[in-house]
Amino acid sequence: MNTGEQPVSTSERNFVTAALREGLRVDGRGAYEFRDLAINLGDGGYGSAEVLLGKTRVLANVAAEVVRPNAANATEGFVHFNTSFSPMASPAFEQGRLTDEEVLISRMLEKALRRSRAIDTEGLCIIAGEKVWSIRIDIHVLDHEGNILDCACIAAIAALLHFRRPDITVEGDNVIIHDMDERNPIPLSIHHIPICITFGFFDNGDRVLVDPTHLEEQVQDGNFIVVVNTHRELCTMSKAGGASLDVARIIQCTEVAAAKAAEVTELVRTALSKVIIRISIYCQHINQFITKVQ
Amino acid sequence: MVVLPGDIVPIPESEQTVRVGPGLRQDVANIVVAKAGILKQSVTGDRVWVEGNQRRYVPQLNESVIGIVTAKHVEGFRVDIGGAHPATLGALAFEGATKRNKPNLEIGALVFARVCLANKDMDPELDCVNPSNGKADGFGEVKGGFMFKCSLGLCRSLLDPKNPFLQHLGAICPFEMAVGMNGRVWVDAGTPKQIIVLVKALLGSEAVPYSKARTYVKEFKSDLTSVE
Repeated sequence: MNTGEQPVSTSERNFVTAALREGLRVDGRGAYEFRDLAINLGDGGYGSAEVLLGKTRVLANVAAEVVRPNAANATEGFVHFNTSFSPMASPAFEQGRLTDEEVLISRMLEKALRRSRAIDTEGLCIIAGEKVWSIRIDIHVLDHEGNILDCACIAAIAALLHFRRPDITVEGDNVIIHDMDERNPIPLSIHHIPICITFGFFDNGDRVLVDPTHLEEQVQDGNFIVVVNTHRELCTMSKAGGASLDVARIIQCTEVAAAKAAEVTELVRTALSKVIIRISIYCQHINQFITKVQ
Repeated sequence: MVVLPGDIVPIPESEQTVRVGPGLRQDVANIVVAKAGILKQSVTGDRVWVEGNQRRYVPQLNESVIGIVTAKHVEGFRVDIGGAHPATLGALAFEGATKRNKPNLEIGALVFARVCLANKDMDPELDCVNPSNGKADGFGEVKGGFMFKCSLGLCRSLLDPKNPFLQHLGAICPFEMAVGMNGRVWVDAGTPKQIIVLVKALLGSEAVPYSKARTYVKEFKSDLTSVE
């Protein structure tokens, strides 16, 4: 069986580096240019986002349930990430066996979204010590054409922003969870929108690219991941191995990342506002219908 | 005719032995479809196969493929051809190769080869000679250039003698190309810039009908002819 990484030929490897030395990328992009980003929201109901970054495709789904909190943090809800890499995405992925790459991506997603406190976990509390919301984010990688992490991060945050949980009423120890039709569902409180930007570097750190494709990922000397939001707050950085980078490079990368993150956030916001307009029109229709019936 | 997996296809009337191609399999007395696509038949009527578009390669006898050498053995090479299993390429399966004079392929080298054994339950085997005359006939190691991956449908259309994109692109900028049926295409041209533009043009041609080839290729003319 063919397992693990897909092999790269010497001619591909040489061409990628030779072209880069002439300032060209194999897909004709500029060094700091992202591939086309498409965000589809709500195709699978509230909290569903499908993001296409070039040919890389990631689907994120958010679900909520009521659970008992930890005794230590009685007022905090839970946020869980669940990443699955379908063998459909790449022959390198196998069912039930995680490659190092997959582990790294899952860990980075957790760091980017949970540890940066993007989601208000206190706001998920229903009754302290008794009932809290547990939010689960399922991330499915459907097609792998490089830079899964950035794509998955956008998908996850877009899905979280789009998600609505059912409204609740607390009466003493009783909690009533209202049906979505009965009361308007409530969005999660999201503190900020962390955006993950991956850099790949070549020629021992002399050449830096943003959003590497699968081939570039295989050829690169190392990568550098920056998670930043529109307020230019650095959430996470990761540089696991590879060639060394000097400080000036790192500062330059974070500057680029901040600018890119602002662009991506704008795209996420536009996608969200379009959906919200659609929902409000739908609500108007429903209300009109109800008044007519009455 | 569009066929779906599980359909039973009538055996064509022919005086010669009918050969069953990709996407079809024999089940006792019937020919059963194994993948969705369009049922095709040769003019002589003795060959039937199913043409569909997919991304994963399933090796078929006599198809030319581009492989990457992943390991060297005493008796030959292990080659990745994008299928579920790696293929083997014998050290003697080259033009003029003898036990003393074996080709030396490095790991990572690209080879253009022919599938000479593709059984269901065995690893596929490759060779780099035309079995009828013992000549290389263009098979062998390909050096330099660039290889890109595409859908199997695009590969087939690139091998179509009527494909107008290659004609028009070749008129603007001469280039060398090897198309493997396994979704891998190797191109070489004068400069890296030209190769990049060619790859982009070829990948994009999948979604353009033949009738619009001329106007489509014109968009790339300035990029292909510009000299830095």
